[in-house]
This record gives sequence, structure tokens and C-alpha cells, in this order.
Amino acid sequence: MSELLQFLFSGLTVGAVYALVALGFTIIYNASDVVNFAQGEFVMLGGMITWFAHAAGLPLPLAALIAIVATAALGVAINKLAIEPARGAPVVSLIIITIGASVFLQGAAQLVFDKQIHSFPAFSGDTPLRIGGATIQPQSLWVIGGALVVFAGLWLFFTRTLLGRAVLATSNNRLAAQLVGINTNFVMTLSFALSAGIGALAGVLATPITLTAYNVGIGFALKGFAGAMLGGMGNPKGALAGGFLIGLIEALTAGYLSSTYKEAAAFVVILLVLFFMPQGLFGRKSTERV
Amino acid sequence: MKKTLTTTVPAALIALGLAGAASAEIKIGASVSATGPAAFLGDPEAKTLEMLVEETNAKGGINGEQIALVLYDDGGDANKARTFATRLIEDDEVQAIIGGTTTGTSMSILSVAEDAEIPFISLAGAIDIIQPVKPFTFKTPHTDRMACQKIFEDMQKSGIQKIGMISGTDGFGASMQAQCKDVVGEYGIEIAADETYDPKDADMTAQLTKIRNTAGVQAVLNPGFGQGPSIVTRNYRQLGIELPLYQSHGVASDGFIELAGKAAAEGVRLPGTALLVADLLAEDDPQKPVVTAYKAAFEGKFKEPVGTFGGYAHDGFALLVDAVTRAGSAEPAAIRDALEQTSGLAGTTGIYTMSPEDHLGLDLSAFRMLEVKDGSWSIVE
Repeated sequence: MSELLQFLFSGLTVGAVYALVALGFTIIYNASDVVNFAQGEFVMLGGMITWFAHAAGLPLPLAALIAIVATAALGVAINKLAIEPARGAPVVSLIIITIGASVFLQGAAQLVFDKQIHSFPAFSGDTPLRIGGATIQPQSLWVIGGALVVFAGLWLFFTRTLLGRAVLATSNNRLAAQLVGINTNFVMTLSFALSAGIGALAGVLATPITLTAYNVGIGFALKGFAGAMLGGMGNPKGALAGGFLIGLIEALTAGYLSSTYKEAAAFVVILLVLFFMPQGLFGRKSTERV
Repeated sequence: MKKTLTTTVPAALIALGLAGAASAEIKIGASVSATGPAAFLGDPEAKTLEMLVEETNAKGGINGEQIALVLYDDGGDANKARTFATRLIEDDEVQAIIGGTTTGTSMSILSVAEDAEIPFISLAGAIDIIQPVKPFTFKTPHTDRMACQKIFEDMQKSGIQKIGMISGTDGFGASMQAQCKDVVGEYGIEIAADETYDPKDADMTAQLTKIRNTAGVQAVLNPGFGQGPSIVTRNYRQLGIELPLYQSHGVASDGFIELAGKAAAEGVRLPGTALLVADLLAEDDPQKPVVTAYKAAFEGKFKEPVGTFGGYAHDGFALLVDAVTRAGSAEPAAIRDALEQTSGLAGTTGIYTMSPEDHLGLDLSAFRMLEVKDGSWSIVE
């Protein structure tokens, strides 16, 4: 029993990280149908900037805040400098631009910071909590909590606020959105700022567990993307469920089957789900009105 | 990307008419992975080479000849490494090559160097680089197999017969896992649990729980490098596992203790080089002056701690300087012959004694069994 509990804790810890990254994908996707492959770099920047500022002597909360704000600003810069000038280009071109942005951010981080692995102290210490014979690190609770809070925030944003609906409207039909008075440029800028900020927050929360380095972004982006696809791209509920599900499948496979197959097991599940439910578990049906 | 380090001194000499043509200069080529996935290995290697060439030139060079270093960054890409090796030999006309941060880049450089009959000193771990022996290829780092042997020797001393392994699936972890499994039988030790993790994984408690619940496991070995071993160490303490934990030479650095946390790293053992415990070496240790000098110079210049990998580059350069000095010539063939006759040269990694059958020249004594005690490394006797 305690064994199962330990596997579940392991899965929840990892799954919460995936879910946080997956949540970051949703906003930009909802605003523009673009899968932002630089999302992982935002996570990396959140961790690296916090480490850098903390090592420079700033208190941890301030360092984290700086990291989130700076990364959000970078997100805006990417939108202004790389995405906006290409407006009107097909979505695929925009996605390729985000891959370019990702390579650029990774290279820049390598030069601005360094090539070593870093971490900063966990928020509530390193003494593991013992529950029913299994253990979990307090930082895991921070990550799980962070994922839930971001999820609730996003859900409210998209369903309860005018701005959130404006974002959805922009993705649905940019021209029509403009006609009803939505400033679509602002919506895009906002969505990049929010996505980057959420990515950075994921980095801040996860770094004491996962550690950080200039090249961790791709790994985060891939797992987060897989989570978002599994749950249904663009749906915060899907991102949350998808992220946790992949984490749990990996941990249970590693625990009961073999750690050699844990990645494979997760991807088999993703393939199966997408085969029967191409929109993911919670994806919206894509009905194009002509 | 290209850097030539003989600037003012040779210029002054030429101005004075003291230096003849380019013959009064020894040209050394290097291709290391200063960027890319192996950057944290290649970066200190590049820095070390630049620093040492500068130092040697300031002291008057080798046999009165200045050294010119042509340094390329292959970014960990084996194809680029091959191109750079060709360029080093054909365009830059170097007399010897140091480099090949990873096994992949080393393999491509060595094929070019062997064809052109230019001596090549590799900085990568795999035993395949020097076995079977190739006439012009040498290497400085000890092999994974030796690390396994050192660890199993230590386990044997503590009467450990059954162990669990948790290995990274990256190149380093996978290669060492295979070598350890190959050699473990010679020590009468059985691997009862064999788990793996992806180098990007954030939590290994599932694998460790499985190992803990395997009957009769007396110790755990974790081959891998990067952040994986730090996370394994933390999870190990989180689960409250009391068995001895062995890490590999891949994480032999102060950074490991810092990342895993002093409390979690306490008691971890690994085979490391003298460089890591420079201050703790006995006064009469032949490696003491070498490691102390390198550590002081590197840390003074770059304000970052020395690591095992920069040490490999240090030893590669030291081997070359020693060989050129003894040969009294910088002809590639003469350097090769002298390299093969290297005897008792103290480097940071160990004491090198080469032979026509052994182009590594290190034995198990090159490794010191280290243990984390009170948050820093100590030597296990």
C-alpha cells in the first residue's frame, strides 16, 4: 500500500510540473492557434533568472518575481519582434518562428548565464513529509498547488472575463474579432505575456525539484506539449488532466513494470487517446462554420 | 571561433629578428565541445587549453619555441568535429591535436588523425578510442570500466554482495551501466535490481522504491551525469534509504554536493580524481604539486571551481609538452613516439605510463575513493 502511495506521489510531483508547462501552452494557442515551442524556454528562464538573481544576493521571493516579470517582458518582445511582423503568415510558419525563438533563447541563456546546472533552496525546506508510509517533498506540494491555482485562474479568465472571451474570439476569427472592436494586437501581446509568465512561474516552482540549466527547456516543452495534446489543446482542464495523467502513468509503469518502458507507456496511452479522441480528452470539437 | 594565442610575444621576437620563419613555432590544434549538449565538459576544457598555452608561452615555450593553439568549437557534433580535424591538419598544418570532448567527436577526429598520421590526444571516456590500440591515438580520461572496477573493489571490502543499480539513459550512464554489468561478476557481486531514468526526469522515487523493496540489496550504484544523480541522491534521502549510495566519476565535483544538498549528499561515495581533493593529498603525493598548481591557476583566472573534465585537457596538454620536450622536435612522428614512451608523468587524473600496448597509461590507482563527509569530499582509505 505504501508502495502504491509512493508511486502516486512520484507521479503527482512529476505530473504537476508537466501540467504547469502544459497550462502555459493554452493561452497562446487559444489566441492564435499557434503551438508555442518556446514555452519550455520560458520555464528555463524562470528557473535561471531566479537562480541568477538569488545568487546575486536578492531574497528568493523578489528574485522569483523579477524572473516572472522579466520572462513575461521577453514573451512580449518575441511577439512584437518575431510573431507580429509575420502576421498573416500561415500557422505552421508561426510555429516554426517559435522554434527559432526557442533556439535563440537557449543560445542567449548559455551566453548570459553559464552552462552549469543550478538550483535554489526549496521554499519550505527539504524535510520530506511522511504520509501513510510514503514520503513527498514539501516543494512538490508547491508545484501541485501552483498548477491548481494557475488552472483555476485560467479557467475563470477564459469563461468569466470579457478579456478571456476576447482571446477566444481572436483565435476563432481574427477579422470578425476586429470588427466587433477587439484589439487583436493587444490580445496577442497579452497572451504572450501571460504564457511566458506562467512558464516562468512553472520554472520557479519546479527548479528546486528538477534543477535547471540553459538546456532544460526542450525537455519541459516536449512533456508539457504531450500533456496538453492528451488533455485537449487549448483547454485548461485538459492541460491539467493531461499533465498529471502522463506523470502518473510514467511513475506507475516505472514502479510496477520497468523504468525502461515508462516513456513508452506514456506515449502509447497518448497515441491511443488521440486515435479514438483526436481532440484529446477535453478538447473542443473543431466545427468550422463556413 | 578560431583563436590564435601567440600574439604580442612572437610579434616582438620577429621585430627583433630573433625568430626565423613559422618553423620556430609549435602548432597545436584542438576541437572541443565548448557549446552544445556537452558544453559543461567542453567549456572548462577550452578554457584550460587557452590558459595553459598562455602560461607555457610566458615561460618561454617548449624547447624555446612558442606554441600556437588553433581552437575550434565543434558543439558536440561529430560531423563538425571531423570537418575541424581535417581543417586543422590541412589548412592550419598543426603538429598534434588535443580534443574530442565526447566519445562521438573523438571517434571522428581519430579517423582523420590516423589517416594523416598526426598524433591525437582524446579527452573522452570510452575504451573503444584506444582499444584496439591505434598508432596515433592516445587518451587521458580513465575509462568507465575502471570506475566500475574501483567501485566494486570498494564494495567488496565492505562485504557487499548484492546491489541495485539505477542508471541514466544518456550516453554516459548507459555506457557505464553496460561496463559495470560486464565486469561485476569478477567481484562476486550480483546486480539484483537494474533500473533506469531519463536524464530529464524530475523524480526517481518510483525506481528507488522498487530497488528498496528488492530483497537482499546491500548498496545502490548510480551511473550518470548531469542533474540526474543529484535528484537520485535527494530522492534516496527522501525515502530514508539507509544503504550505502555510490555515484560515478561523472558527478565528481563540488557542484554535485551543492545541487544534491549537503545533508542528502552526506555519505555518498564515488571514484574521483586527485584534483577534487587537492588540499587533502599527502605532502609527498606525486600529484600534489600538479593539481595544486592547476587548481590555483584555473580558479584564479576563471573564478569557477576546477572539475575533472578541465583536468583531462590539462593532462592532454601536459602529455604533449612532455613528449615534445623529450623528442626535442615537433615533428608529428617524433611526438607520437615520445608520447608512447611517456613514463611516470603526474597529471591531475593520475600518473601516466604509456606503452605500445597501452595508450591510456592509467591504472586503478588513478582513482581515489571519495566520500562526502560534513558537506565536503574526503578520501576513503
